[in-house]
Amino acid sequence: MTTSSHHSAPEGARANPLPARRSRGTKVRRQRVKAAWLFLAPMLVALTLVAGWPLFRTFFLSFTDASLSDLGAANFIGFENYLVQENGRWFGIMADPTWWQSVWNTVYFSVVSVSLEVIFGVIVALILNAEFKGRTIVRAAVLIPWAIPTIVSAQMWAWMLNDQFGIINHMLMGIGVIDNPIAWTASATYSMWAVIMVDVWKTIPFVALLVLAALQMLPKDCYEAAEVDGIHPVRVFFKVTLPLITPALLVAVIFRLLDALRVFDVIYVLTSNSTSTMSMSVYARQQLVEFQDVGYGSAASTLLFLIIALATVAYLYVGRKQLQLGGDA
Amino acid sequence: MTARQLSKIAKRVGFWALIVLIMVYAVFPFYYAVITSLKPSSDLFRVELWPSTWDLSNYAQILTQASFLRAIFNSIVVAVSVVFIALLLGITASYALGRVRFRGRSTVLLVILGVSMFPQVAVLSGLFEVIRTLNLYNNPAGLILSYTIFTLPFTVWVLTTFMKQLPMELEEAAIMDGATPWVTITKVFLPLMWPAMATTGLLAFIAAWNEFLFALTFTLTDAQRTVPVAIALLSGGSAYELPWGPIMAASVIVTVPLVVLVIIFQRRIVSGLTAGAVKG
Repeated sequence: MTTSSHHSAPEGARANPLPARRSRGTKVRRQRVKAAWLFLAPMLVALTLVAGWPLFRTFFLSFTDASLSDLGAANFIGFENYLVQENGRWFGIMADPTWWQSVWNTVYFSVVSVSLEVIFGVIVALILNAEFKGRTIVRAAVLIPWAIPTIVSAQMWAWMLNDQFGIINHMLMGIGVIDNPIAWTASATYSMWAVIMVDVWKTIPFVALLVLAALQMLPKDCYEAAEVDGIHPVRVFFKVTLPLITPALLVAVIFRLLDALRVFDVIYVLTSNSTSTMSMSVYARQQLVEFQDVGYGSAASTLLFLIIALATVAYLYVGRKQLQLGGDA
Repeated sequence: MTARQLSKIAKRVGFWALIVLIMVYAVFPFYYAVITSLKPSSDLFRVELWPSTWDLSNYAQILTQASFLRAIFNSIVVAVSVVFIALLLGITASYALGRVRFRGRSTVLLVILGVSMFPQVAVLSGLFEVIRTLNLYNNPAGLILSYTIFTLPFTVWVLTTFMKQLPMELEEAAIMDGATPWVTITKVFLPLMWPAMATTGLLAFIAAWNEFLFALTFTLTDAQRTVPVAIALLSGGSAYELPWGPIMAASVIVTVPLVVLVIIFQRRIVSGLTAGAVKG
């Protein structure tokens, strides 16, 4: 998108002053490239300070026995935080059942809540894409859960899910679904569902808005054609709409998945450090801050980082393949 | 009435029922928090959809708590500073990334994208060390510093997208007039970038206002906490009895400004979110 597309000046008019322009052009160009790096420098310094260096230090600390009270007095202990055999028994994170429980919890939470968010997000987006009176109001209302801080939404739901006085137990008992109140946030069976419920409520808007943006860019004519041919709307959705919004869905899913794999706030507030809902982030922070074991906690953080990096690469690989397959259609 | 008309009516009813369902689902938890916060403590444990008695005692209680007021103040300071820093660094960086072609540009963009996908816990111990070395532990300034990890990549990413869309002619004219890149940014681009900056600034504000993990880990005393930590740690006389009334009042106080902002700026927020995501 340069000016040449606008100015259709004859080539000859430009040919003459070209050498002069080129030398001037390179000088301006060099100045611009220099300025570009100068302008990037503050951001790069900031990111190194808060992201690059700390990440490197976390890797490093995971091979030491550092403790929170005295980070300086750390000894290098190799892979002992990860896995070590002593007197015929295995120790370290890889041998800790609580860690594997938290890995499983995180994966379970991520898969279930992201799936639910995508399904409901698409439904909400389809509704918002229809034209009806008061659409703006509905769209604003749908955005509200997204705007509420995670901590606050966790507290609101904790109150609604309160076992004795919560409105949800009250309503479920009122319509006869359950006979006795459920201890939503305390019981091992239900607490994960409570967490998923809160997360799904909070993030449907995000998915819905991304999908809605994709829906609004779809061409109108193929829908008109489908209507003329009398094809059922559900069939139109699966044959026309879904393939067309797949790229947007893939983007929404990766954003949500990365977010879900590092979940912390909602679980910490709703169920605190209970093992039945503990995520990898909660586990790592508990080791790091509450048990003051920086070496061990850093090892857990490092594993979490590797798992997320792997998941991202795998997802991008699969997603790209699918996009290439679908893109030709 | 024909069957065709009947099914048409049924469809309309179903459609509107779905809309009402979505509205109730989205709004009800917030509504319930509001009415809980307006109940006197004696009525708190009676489940009802409309309070029989109205009462502002929960608000009086929370707003006379010095630590809560202090937390609001800290949150405002942190969020505003984070927005300012993110926009300042973001606009200069996005000029470089959006307008200038140079070697290493795509590498820088990839690094930025990578940082935005970081799990926060992965840098927790390293960042703790940095903050302690800089003597910023238990200090809102430490939070301002650490929040750039998630606000900056996003800001740069979205602003770069907007920057790319500005017409080339503007910049060429500026260069012809002998303007330096700095003058080009401040005099030519900045006036055009206000909408994009408002969007990203708003999103950065919300992200900083809501952040919990760093705020919980890098502060220690009530006087240095931010609002999310203060609300999460509100506790009553005994460990078994949470002060739900004041918790809900505090929740409403910190949420109402955000909800108002979101409703006013919903178009901007939507465009910012989609610009950030769709380009990824």
